[in-house]
Amino acid sequence: MNVIVELEKPLVELETKIAGLKKLNETQRVDFSAEIAALEEKARQLKLEIFGNPTPWQRVHLARHPKRPLAMDYIGALDGFTELHGDRSFRDDPAVVAGYAYLDELPIFVIGEQKGRDTKDNLYRNFGMPHPEGYRKAQRVMRLAEKFERPLVTFIDTPGAYPGIGAEERGQSEAIAASLKVLAGLRAPVIVNITGEGGSGGALAIGIGDHIIMLQHSIYSVASPEAAASILWRDASRAEEAAQRLRLTSDELFEFGIVDEVIPEPLGGAHQDPQRVIHDTLAADKRSLLKLARLSQDELVDRRYEKFRRIGAHVELVHDTAAR
Amino acid sequence: MAPTPNWLRRRGAKPEPQSDALWEMCPSCGERLYKKDLAERLWICSRCGHHFRLHALDRIALLADGDFHELAPLLATGDPLAWSDRMPYANKIAGDRQKSGLLEAVVVGLCTIEGVRTGLGVMDFFFRGGTMGSVVGEKVTLLIEECARQRLPVVLVTASGGARMEEGVIALMQLAKTTAAAERFSALGLPLVTVLTDPTTGGVSASFGFQGDVIIAETGAAIGFAGRRVIDQTIRQKLPEGFQSAEFLLEHGQVDMVVRRTELKGALGRLLHFLTDKAVPA
Repeated sequence: MNVIVELEKPLVELETKIAGLKKLNETQRVDFSAEIAALEEKARQLKLEIFGNPTPWQRVHLARHPKRPLAMDYIGALDGFTELHGDRSFRDDPAVVAGYAYLDELPIFVIGEQKGRDTKDNLYRNFGMPHPEGYRKAQRVMRLAEKFERPLVTFIDTPGAYPGIGAEERGQSEAIAASLKVLAGLRAPVIVNITGEGGSGGALAIGIGDHIIMLQHSIYSVASPEAAASILWRDASRAEEAAQRLRLTSDELFEFGIVDEVIPEPLGGAHQDPQRVIHDTLAADKRSLLKLARLSQDELVDRRYEKFRRIGAHVELVHDTAAR
Repeated sequence: MAPTPNWLRRRGAKPEPQSDALWEMCPSCGERLYKKDLAERLWICSRCGHHFRLHALDRIALLADGDFHELAPLLATGDPLAWSDRMPYANKIAGDRQKSGLLEAVVVGLCTIEGVRTGLGVMDFFFRGGTMGSVVGEKVTLLIEECARQRLPVVLVTASGGARMEEGVIALMQLAKTTAAAERFSALGLPLVTVLTDPTTGGVSASFGFQGDVIIAETGAAIGFAGRRVIDQTIRQKLPEGFQSAEFLLEHGQVDMVVRRTELKGALGRLLHFLTDKAVPA
């Protein structure tokens, strides 16, 4: 159950009421504009109350909101997107979409992790959890970007890589490890957009880049809150507590220097105004691509190396305090 | 009390842990083993051949020719999230230091293996489950960078539950950091050999663990991306026999070879000589 959808219920009721009154106002002779204005003000207040300062757990659910724009909504807003399929070895993984398109006039390669809109679609997309062949398809497109000197733009939205028998048999670890390696050394600009859930190595596998953009209410974490709670306390039901402790919000990630840019979302989340969010995200992508275009391939790779090289929190002790 | 004979034990029942200061119970066959003998036999069960998990310093003693110059020995975590659950993360670390005799979950340094000068990094599962946080990521990266400077091969022996939850996304980023170092190192034409030991999962298998030019798995090691429990909970169906064992991975083409602990140093020595010796004798 999505806590945001639950919170939204009175708001949705109110908005339905407003819409009904507006209709009446147009067709009837009675003037309802005063009532409408009052209700609109009430809705605004309610929105602010509910969404003004979402908790980490609420943000998790904003990131997972069933109406949140998905990778294909961003990719579909590009010009002339053509999908490229398959890993050339096992099968085409629907949890990863890849291809080429134009961002305004800029030719780019794109990779996105794709969730489903409804149950049927989610079964097809495996809830956005890629198998090894999905990462191998991604690697193929990463290499195309390098070969044809086109920037790569990725869209992260996954709870994590799929934990299953086939995924293990076909080398989920190797698939992610290899994706990381290709991205780390890729001689092409890489822009990363965290648009929904950024869960674990399955997200990072398309997440090493030169400019990391995150939507305000997206999350990015070492593991999904449920998985983290299960690993830490053997109790997935303590996910809310894990969400609070993991520091997975855009503000905190920006503070850590892991995210370079945060795209503000409308009050109540990206799904309140998807067109604006998609536009703002793609505009940010374009801005950073134009900046990165000035760098040589060597500069790009060196800069990327330094960017990740400095992430860590360690201190040098004076004495060995272990009981050796 | 004599150990329960094998035929009396319920099938599928796990042997009760009866380890103490002197004795160790084999988790595989239930044999009661005298610790001193067990240590002399490299922690391999004399009855069934089960490979016990090895402490990092024992592993180094096993592999290095007798020299080991440790790098960055005093690095400690900066606790980036100021994490605390049932106790502060700092206290958990202090406890692990007492138990393991190590400051962190990996020991890295330079040594020779069968006469080949090499960088060696060994993870220790007894420290926070061998999880990778800032310090593990930094030490592995420093080792790879030092070996790139000195043009030495790198051997990484993994034993890890993955990324360390208590360091959150900073821990996740260590996958990127170590990978970037491994990628640069590889581009110099230098060999990275990984030895996956019990257990190797999550963020460590999904980064440098599976980035080796040659990947060796130790006999019986559990290796995978997702832990068994997670897979069980997700798919709720019976897992195949030997699922995620070193032998299972060999069969599925995921590792180059499965090597017994007694053969490991020899196998590494031959491989390192082959990869680094001049091809044409002068």
